[in-house]
Amino acid sequence: MDILLFFMETGFWIATIRMATPLIFGTLGELICERAGVLNLGIEGIMAAGCMAGWTWVYFGGDLWGGVLFAAFIGALFGLLHSLFTVHLGLSQHVTGLGITMLAAALSSFVFKMLLPKATTPPKIIPFANLDLPWLADIPFLGPILTHQSPLTLLAFFLVVLVSYLLYKTPVGLSLRMCGENPLAVEAQGLSVYTIRTGAVVVGSSFMAVGGAFLTLSAFDAFYIGMVNGRGWICIALVVFSSWKPWKALLGTMLFAAFDAMQMRVQQQSAMVIPYQFYLMLPYIFSILAMVIMSRRAAYPKALLIPFRKGER
Amino acid sequence: MSSVASPVLQLHNITKTFGSLVANDNISLTLRQGEMLALLGENGAGKTTLMNILFGHYVATQGHIEIYGKPLVKGSPKAALATGIGMVHQHFTLAENMTVLENIILGTEPIFRLRHHLSTARAKLLKLSMQFALHVDWNTLVKDLSIGQRQRVEILKALYRDVKILILDEPTAVLTPQESDKLFTTLRLLTGKGLSVIFITHKLKEALSGSDRCVVLRHGRVVYETATKGIKASTLAKAMVGGALPEIKKKKSTTSSQQLLSCSNISIFGSQHQPLLDGINLHLFKGEILGIAGVSGNGQMQLADMLSGMQAPDSGEIQLEGERITHHTPREMMSAGIGRIPEDRTSTGIIGDMPVRENIALEHYQEPGLSRFGLLKFGSIEAYAKDLIKKFDIRCPSTETPVRNLSGGNIQKLILARVLSRKPIVLVASQPTWGLDVGATAFVHEQLLQAKLEGSGILLISEDLDELLQLSDRIQVLYKGKISAPVSPDQVNAATLGLAMSGHLEEFSQQIGQPAP
Repeated sequence: MDILLFFMETGFWIATIRMATPLIFGTLGELICERAGVLNLGIEGIMAAGCMAGWTWVYFGGDLWGGVLFAAFIGALFGLLHSLFTVHLGLSQHVTGLGITMLAAALSSFVFKMLLPKATTPPKIIPFANLDLPWLADIPFLGPILTHQSPLTLLAFFLVVLVSYLLYKTPVGLSLRMCGENPLAVEAQGLSVYTIRTGAVVVGSSFMAVGGAFLTLSAFDAFYIGMVNGRGWICIALVVFSSWKPWKALLGTMLFAAFDAMQMRVQQQSAMVIPYQFYLMLPYIFSILAMVIMSRRAAYPKALLIPFRKGER
Repeated sequence: MSSVASPVLQLHNITKTFGSLVANDNISLTLRQGEMLALLGENGAGKTTLMNILFGHYVATQGHIEIYGKPLVKGSPKAALATGIGMVHQHFTLAENMTVLENIILGTEPIFRLRHHLSTARAKLLKLSMQFALHVDWNTLVKDLSIGQRQRVEILKALYRDVKILILDEPTAVLTPQESDKLFTTLRLLTGKGLSVIFITHKLKEALSGSDRCVVLRHGRVVYETATKGIKASTLAKAMVGGALPEIKKKKSTTSSQQLLSCSNISIFGSQHQPLLDGINLHLFKGEILGIAGVSGNGQMQLADMLSGMQAPDSGEIQLEGERITHHTPREMMSAGIGRIPEDRTSTGIIGDMPVRENIALEHYQEPGLSRFGLLKFGSIEAYAKDLIKKFDIRCPSTETPVRNLSGGNIQKLILARVLSRKPIVLVASQPTWGLDVGATAFVHEQLLQAKLEGSGILLISEDLDELLQLSDRIQVLYKGKISAPVSPDQVNAATLGLAMSGHLEEFSQQIGQPAP
């Protein structure tokens, strides 16, 4: 079982946490939307838009954190569009979400081509440097794992704590969760379902876009068309896996990323008896299995997918 | 006391239209301090619409509302709550997966506060619950509460907001007689403290015993208004229906000794292995109506689903005329001769977007008369539909009309026509008059009695005790999946049945002089 020794390597854990980061942003974002009762299938496209927006900002001379903010802003715009259709007009959340994904993904590629029509190789930027925390680096084993990370990863972990606190400990979180359970109860208590749901979708979408920006500003140093590569869809599955709970979402993203990191290593180390595609498949098989096991008892937000229309009967 | 007290709320000339339907037509209403006002009317008379306008769910097409002499902001529950109006909806507005406390404090705090001030909330609730004897555990999830408890949470939710006026929409619709009594005691306590209460109802008894004043609505208009003291039930009924109440014919016993349906030791378990039906035994004879009493959610749905083949029992045996049908599919059940009137008629009784014609043929379109070689015979279906529309007086513009455009009463007539025209051996009728007005209810009752005369055995599952006592030849009570021994309706009244429905099976058995199940 030599090949399993990578669990002891810091490199494996560094890779796991790095790979988990965009998923954490995406899953948290989707979780916020769904907790308010709105499925956001626009995630895949919004992440692509985030990749593009963040990278563009930095490529044209902006600073890295500015890129992150710009990506969040673009994500929020797409969120606003999604909520206009699904919350205010009460249209199908599936159809709208898929539409947003196609629009956002295509727009990102289009704008990229418009800006740089002649580029044959994707132009590079200088991405985020690793964290510089000497006092942390001295801790054996854990130190290097934690410091070989981008500041965005730190932000992702912080957001898990923040979202969890907001959802369960504050009035705004309570009304958001209630919107996903019984919008009529929210209205009967004098709050606006429209406002709360719109807010949730806008904030959630900006999280997704920041997840995308992580790919161009931290994981890689350039923008490629199709670089989100299904991560958005994985986030949707991970939300179900997490039973709509932020901490379990963190656990799910880490597990998925660990499988992904593992398959890379196994691929390199094992003699090529088994085709590499098999290893590529592993994380997805894991996620299907985990979904089957975990989601059997998952309690859906009761009003998920159900549009709320005031004053109708 | 109501005559001297000052008005707290005045509705002036409220009109509300939905498309071409006039739900409220120029309604004016006054509520005085400390008063208990009953808003009476048939289904569709516009009671709920009016209260929804008052609470701000709807915006009135015309008219305005004054509270303490000041105009009320239209279409805003927030404004209504702020001025002291609280509402307990018929379908509770509670989130089941959340705790009682969370449901109550929602929206009562500044939304961007950094944490809940739970200790203040608990203290206030404790005071309220002591004051009005409304006891609920704050930390339980709403889904673990009984219907009566949920209603108490709804009342607390309003009281927590310091409302001065409380509106209750059909508050007793889902309660046992005992729970209803308790509710009215609470409401009296509230009016005693100076609150004003409006409750919507279509039950005359409640209006008479519970209110200080009655306002009767019919077709969206106020047709009668009176102080309750000294008024007769028949006067109110006349105002409500716009004529004399249709009389229910004295039932005639046609029961024979021929057993049609028998269920022995039936059990069905839920997803957590909790018993939903627990060793049920029942026997249905030819020409009999067997009433199943009980509050919804005590196994009625499982019983009806099982007999229509949608859910197989986990143990036990069902026999129809001596033949085992325990594991029949829905279609096999139908062709064996079991007809059904489903509880939720719009979701499992019809397909709303399909025309009347196809809905009438829905349960047996595959049979020779209506199709050949797997192709539908449209001519025959059309003729068949027209025939039934005439026989059962289904009011619809044409056979092409989508069924969802029909009124509840006409949808129920269609379902009755579909099942009764086939002369079922056994008819499973679940809440057959739920939500119907007096006219349609009488029609359904007549049809059921007719089917019984023709030799069908009818299992009447209902929450309406008066209906059960009037129609049934024998009654059994379902409570938490267990069923009581059958009793004759002459042996019991609503109060004794209420005992069994709320789980006091021991006392129930003693009162009717039979051993407990």
